[in-house]
Amino acid sequence: MIGVWDALMGLGDVLAQHVILAACAIGLGIAVALPLAVWASRSQAVSRGALGFASLVQTIPALALLALFFPILLSLRAVFGEGLPTLGFLPALLALSLYALLPILRNAVTAQTNLDPGVIEAANGVGMSFWQRLRLVEAPLAAPYVMAGIRTAAVWTIGAATLSTTIGQPSLGDPIFAGLQTQNWSLVLAGCIASAGLAIVADALLGTIEAGFRRRDRRLWLGGAIAVAVGVAAAFVSQVDWSRDDGRETIVIGTKQFSEQLILGRLVGEQLEDAGYDVEYREGLGSAVVAQAVANGSIDIYFDYTGTIWANQMKRTDNPGRDAMYEAIVKWEREVQGTRVLGKLGFENAYAFAMREDRARELGIASIEDLARAAPRLVAGGDPEWFERPEWFAVRDAYGLNFSNERNFSPTFMYNALRSGDADVIAAYTSDGRIAADNLVILEDPREALPSYDTLIILSPERANDERLIAALRPLLGSINVEAMREANFSVDRTDGDKKTPREAARWLAGEVGLE
Amino acid sequence: MAASLAFEGVTKRYDSTRALAGIDLAIEPGSFVALVGASGSGKSTLLKTINRLVEPTEGRVLLDGQDVAASDPTAMRRTTGYVFQRIGLFPHMSVAENIAIGPRLVGEKLGEDRIGELLSLVDLDPAMASRLPEELSGGQQQRVGVARALAGNPSLLLMDEPFGALDPVTRDALGTRVRDLHETLDLTTIMVTHDMAEALILADRVLVMDGGRIVADETPQALSRGKGGEVAQELVAVPRHQAEKLKGLEG
Ligand SMILES: Nc1ncnc2c1ncn2[C@@H]1O[C@H](COP(=O)(O)OP(=O)(O)OP(=O)(O)O)[C@@H](O)[C@H]1O
Ligand SMILES: [Mg+2]
Repeated sequence: MIGVWDALMGLGDVLAQHVILAACAIGLGIAVALPLAVWASRSQAVSRGALGFASLVQTIPALALLALFFPILLSLRAVFGEGLPTLGFLPALLALSLYALLPILRNAVTAQTNLDPGVIEAANGVGMSFWQRLRLVEAPLAAPYVMAGIRTAAVWTIGAATLSTTIGQPSLGDPIFAGLQTQNWSLVLAGCIASAGLAIVADALLGTIEAGFRRRDRRLWLGGAIAVAVGVAAAFVSQVDWSRDDGRETIVIGTKQFSEQLILGRLVGEQLEDAGYDVEYREGLGSAVVAQAVANGSIDIYFDYTGTIWANQMKRTDNPGRDAMYEAIVKWEREVQGTRVLGKLGFENAYAFAMREDRARELGIASIEDLARAAPRLVAGGDPEWFERPEWFAVRDAYGLNFSNERNFSPTFMYNALRSGDADVIAAYTSDGRIAADNLVILEDPREALPSYDTLIILSPERANDERLIAALRPLLGSINVEAMREANFSVDRTDGDKKTPREAARWLAGEVGLE
Repeated sequence: MAASLAFEGVTKRYDSTRALAGIDLAIEPGSFVALVGASGSGKSTLLKTINRLVEPTEGRVLLDGQDVAASDPTAMRRTTGYVFQRIGLFPHMSVAENIAIGPRLVGEKLGEDRIGELLSLVDLDPAMASRLPEELSGGQQQRVGVARALAGNPSLLLMDEPFGALDPVTRDALGTRVRDLHETLDLTTIMVTHDMAEALILADRVLVMDGGRIVADETPQALSRGKGGEVAQELVAVPRHQAEKLKGLEG
């Protein structure tokens, strides 16, 4: 519990960003929904169309809606130019505003249709113009209902905003996703408590405004409104960079969602800070998003693996051997993506079949050939991608693998499954610290069906020839051996006593490989 | 200056019904006209065509010789006092704010004195000015509606069953007072009522409507002398019958 408290205390910055994001999204939602509701009250067709659209949006899972804005904004660059951000605040704002639309719109439209027709007739009859009727009669009478809609929208938006972490916008999702990834439950709990607490506070304050409107009590609603304004303003003020522009260049580092990537991000980040750069992190990006993001310059640096690029991006299924593959990838990144492969970090994070040592001995399995023979009696586990990946098809076909059952686990739970016997063999990662810690054996691949997975540093097109940046990164190339990486990964993934944050692990790793 | 009105072949059709079936009618400035007729006969519809709350399907309405269809409806409505059948007080505004709404729309403020005066005119305590409509009885609300119609110094006063929810004593008193105001303020007044006795006593001219037509157009004297036709006489028969019964009780 002390861990949770400490974690909560460290959330000030993401809390402020969360508040800003949610407030802007709700604000934009209101700005769109209210005029739309007024229009809808004058036209049945608009009413049906707008409500239908908003309901449809609502059926899209929030996570998918957020992710969808990446390709949408990317295609909009044709109109608005290359400067249009495709990750971070803008897509998060747009997706969440769309989400906030429905409750506000629905309540506003309902309030309008439920207005007493006698009152509306009187408003017209005393000679009110369209705007006078709206301002003097319809708005005040609809206000409590509209406010109730805004309240619902606020609670939804604050919750859904945690998902914006996946598209590179810092939020209270950061501790939740990072904690889930590294099994740091204090961090997960702290993120959830903060997000829920924020939702409860917002609900109470907006509820006060609603009650003020309902009872026509100006003091009440004005008080609530001021409290909301102060809270949002405080979040904005805390985010203003008071330090004068120090002339330092900012480098944005993007990482995928697992520990190794988080550690590498911090490792490189600290190196760059020492070299005089400001560094921003976009952590926990989806695998496909991050590769696109570097190609279009939303991020400057990220880390990827040769086998992943080969199969997922280049859609290749052959295996030309380690060096030929690397050369082909460098060429492809340069010519197709415009990005620059700066070089290899020095270790591989390959897919490999791993078993508990005792179980492997008992079944007499040392290689994938042995495994193929026993497979019909065994359960295989993989991360959610594995059984869809071309590597799996390649190795399956090369050895004729046919398991009795194939199960998906999140990477963390995959190792637990092996330990508990829910899986006999898993598609593990060779740089994973749990291989040594859990006493696992890696099965040999005599037919070389699995490709190599050298870890690469990749630069965006704008940074491809940035000599100063490249000079700062060069010492990292070839510097990290797989043993050191495993230990660093394990120090973050372990669930007992001496657990490290990715930043601490990065510092340890820098010392271990002599980068300081 | 009292307003003059003319209807020329005014027809209003809804999908299935014909609410007005070709109304031709001229109303002199300064007249007090009562409009009577069964429920659904088209009285409210006729009244609403004057200030364009209802647009006729055919025909036109002339106000002081001008086709109302060509006028700015908001400006014209502000100078026309209208008492709504459904009362239509704004529930979020105090009695005073409701009464002052017309002048407010054109940027004028109605003083406390004037609001008090209008309230006493309709037999309400000026102290009620700060109440909300929901804190008034139905009859009190109706009287606020009348005060609101008078607040803008109209030249034309249209009243759709203004006294429906009032007790007979207040009703009688208020009727007389409105008739007096009609004289002193130099108004043209049209009042819809179900009560033929009230129409006969207050109006200079009584129009009887049936099925979207005007079936009788007589002075009260002529009606009480048996003119106006069957529908009108059916309506006149009610108060006459009552009066005779009362006489019988006395005798
Ligand atoms: N908006 C409308 N849509 C369809 N029909 C309508 C509408 N308004 C009125 N009518 C119809 O027009 C006819 C005349 O209605 P109107 O309100 O003028 O009657 P009225 O004489 O005022 O009756 P009451 O004494 O009950 O108030 C009725 O048959 C009514 O159903
Ligand atoms: Mg009526």
